Amino acid sequence: MGVTQILFWVLTVLALGSALMVVTSRNPVYSVLYLILCFFAISGHYILMNAQFLAVVNIIVYAGAIMVLFLFVIMLMNLNASVEPQKNKWLKIAGAIAGGCLLLVLVAAFKDADIKTQLVQTKDGEIGLINNLGMALFKDYVVPFEISSVLFLSAMVGAVVIGKKE
Amino acid sequence: MPVNYYIFVALALFSIGVVGVLTRRNAIIVFMCIEIMLNAVNLLLVAFSKMHAAVYAAAAPATVTGTGIDGQLFVFFIMVVAAAEVSVGLAIIVMMYRNIHSVDINFLNRLKH
Amino acid sequence: MSKIVALVPLLPLLGFLINGLLRKQLSKTAAGIIGSGTVLGAFIISVLLFIDVRNGKTGVVEFFPFISFDTVKIPFAFLVDQLTAIYLLIITGVGFLIHVYSTAYMHDEEAPHFARYFAYLNLFVFSMLLLVLGANYVIMFIGWEGVGLCSYLLIGYWFKNPQYNNAAKKAFVMNRIGDLGFLLAVFWLLAKLSTVTYGEVFSADAIKALSQTDITIITLLFFVAATGKSAQIPLYTWLPDAMAGPTPVSALIHAATMVTAGIYLVARTNILFSMAETTQHVIAWIGVATALLAATIAVKQNDIKKVLAYSTVSQLGYMFLALGMGAYTAAVFHVMTHAFFKALLFLGSGSVIHAMGGEQDIRKMGGLAKHMKITYFTFLIGCLAIAGVPMFSGFFSKDAILLSAYEHNKIIWGIALLVAALTTFYMFRLLFLTFKGSFRGTEEQQHHLHESPRAMTIPLIILGVLSIVGGYISVPEVFVAGGDKLGQFLAPIIPLHTHAVSHMEEYALMGGTTLLVAIVIVFAWNKYKTYKEETNGAFGNLLENKWYVDELYNTIIVKPINWLAGFIENVLERSGIDAIVNGVGRAVQYSSRQLRLLQSGQVGSYVLLMIAGMVLLFVLQFFLKK
Repeated sequence: MGVTQILFWVLTVLALGSALMVVTSRNPVYSVLYLILCFFAISGHYILMNAQFLAVVNIIVYAGAIMVLFLFVIMLMNLNASVEPQKNKWLKIAGAIAGGCLLLVLVAAFKDADIKTQLVQTKDGEIGLINNLGMALFKDYVVPFEISSVLFLSAMVGAVVIGKKE
Repeated sequence: MPVNYYIFVALALFSIGVVGVLTRRNAIIVFMCIEIMLNAVNLLLVAFSKMHAAVYAAAAPATVTGTGIDGQLFVFFIMVVAAAEVSVGLAIIVMMYRNIHSVDINFLNRLKH
Repeated sequence: MSKIVALVPLLPLLGFLINGLLRKQLSKTAAGIIGSGTVLGAFIISVLLFIDVRNGKTGVVEFFPFISFDTVKIPFAFLVDQLTAIYLLIITGVGFLIHVYSTAYMHDEEAPHFARYFAYLNLFVFSMLLLVLGANYVIMFIGWEGVGLCSYLLIGYWFKNPQYNNAAKKAFVMNRIGDLGFLLAVFWLLAKLSTVTYGEVFSADAIKALSQTDITIITLLFFVAATGKSAQIPLYTWLPDAMAGPTPVSALIHAATMVTAGIYLVARTNILFSMAETTQHVIAWIGVATALLAATIAVKQNDIKKVLAYSTVSQLGYMFLALGMGAYTAAVFHVMTHAFFKALLFLGSGSVIHAMGGEQDIRKMGGLAKHMKITYFTFLIGCLAIAGVPMFSGFFSKDAILLSAYEHNKIIWGIALLVAALTTFYMFRLLFLTFKGSFRGTEEQQHHLHESPRAMTIPLIILGVLSIVGGYISVPEVFVAGGDKLGQFLAPIIPLHTHAVSHMEEYALMGGTTLLVAIVIVFAWNKYKTYKEETNGAFGNLLENKWYVDELYNTIIVKPINWLAGFIENVLERSGIDAIVNGVGRAVQYSSRQLRLLQSGQVGSYVLLMIAGMVLLFVLQFFLKK
């Protein structure tokens, strides 16, 4: 078992475990913190696959900006003391079973996929470097890129309009 | 690493997200679970992109350089959309809290009408 | 043949359009002039055409392709030949006289209804002309249906009376039954020969292409059509009821023209009929049975028009008897003479009814001869003609039929002779009860009695003259060599018929018939010169009630159909179809009420359902792939 495998398993366990904790912790603040951990683990996966740019963006945008936003909201609302009432236990069990079924079915569906033995390039490969991505982004994808800036603008306006006090 | 592993990891992450959406009633946590699902997809996209890069690199190492780059750009755009979505979504949650002093999605049953 | 032949039907059609569309604006005089004038125009052209035909100028006039698909070409074309020419003269000639008569007879109607009457009458003449002019069975069928429609419209002319409406409906439905036979025959022809044009159907090649079964079935189907239109057993019951219409209508449609359409059809198709022996037998027996049945019923009827109606049915039976014997010329001859004398009798009865102020029961008449001399004399001529008294037209035509019956089948001849005696009896019973003896109506009616106006008497006189001289176009060979002018004229269409009976025998037959008629007249005179209340025996009752045929039809056809319809309505419709329809609605309503519970508005449950759906799809995909 090489270093890559060890890193893969460690990151995987970290990601899944923290994701589970996000779902199960009663305190939303913990959830947010576990989610950040999960995102770091995923970024680790990206690095493992030599997708450096995405790893960095993931940390900056998700773990940095978005999760801070979540934390702000939770703290603004003072929701850290969990007040979620446990009203319907059966619905939760049903939800868990439904999710489990989904997992089961999906795994069953992908189990015999033709590509299962294909290898994923780890450690090397140039495409994840900011140089190459930047060339593609500003050559082939320049129009969607510009449109995404319009999307941001409208999202910003929307957030301001919605969040404004009447 | 075989792509199989990445697929199963992504599926597991996605399912955890689904279970979270189904079981939790706190709107913010539901939101976070949606982020987990998005990230599961992102992970899979990157894995596939690297897989294709490996396949083509093995086939014609000299000529093909950019194969699989689209997948990573997709991930980038998904992050863009997620950021926009989160900003609007959180604004909605804030307003909801302001109006009904709760973030329990079970109170949000106006869709019935 | 010039295209001028199109004017013959077009003129009455024009009259129909003017009278029909402008009926509110036209005065009665104008409507009458338009109605009669257009038919007169058609008559004049018909005479010209007849002269052309006599000079040997016959032929087909094609106007435009009517139906054309694949190899089937059905043109809108008219055929003018000897048979058509004779029918044209009868239709337009008698039609014109009846139109003129109607102007006086219908004078009490309001102007719009008066114009409506003439519009219908013109439409009828148009349809009838189309029927006889068509150069193929499809054009004939258009006319065939057209006359049926006009018959319906005119029987129900006084549409405010529900009984009259029922009579009209009955006539229409019975005609439709026959028309189905016509349609089937035409389809059969189309299927076998892919043509319906007379010339092509009767060509040697076409006949070779038909098997004996084909010919038998086609002719039988045509005969079914003829039984409907020409009121033969089993479809004859509509004709007596059709007397609900105005009397001139009865004269024109239900005596002179429309009801003889069946004879025209058979005579036109004589080549096929001659080859179908079975059909010939069927026609002969049904004809003679109808003749006998109707004659027996007529003996006991007391309604002046009903007597004439049954007499018409009986005479039509006579014509079919002749057709069944293969004596097509004799049948056409009888059609012609019958058109004259039966129209005369109907118009005469109309004159009587007019004088009696609408009374139709002969038991309440009597002694009218004193008051209406012209009507009496012309009616007498009609009776003599229908009875077959020598030197009147009926004598010649009836004799021709009896002769061919004698040749072919002695039993049928015997029955036909009996029918002749019965005919004489009931006609003279009618004559004596109406015109002789003492008046039995009310004082008021007696005061009102008068001879009809000239517009009515002049047609009577003309028809009276025709009823006498009409027979001389076909004088038997025994009297004048080559006297059968009609037979010679029709020879191109109907092969000349030579009788294989010796002259002695023929004289004996005529003498016997004449003697029989004379005895019956004297018997009738003794019985009815003074009116006595009649008491009916069982048989008399049976006859007066028309052998209970209407009741029989009611029981075996109308009632089961009504029951079936009721069953379908109450059981199949209500608890079957309605239940299914309502059940679908109720099921949807119920299930939607249950499904509505799913829409809780809870986002969580929606997501749960979505996941469940996804799982289901995956599983399905999974199993379908395997």
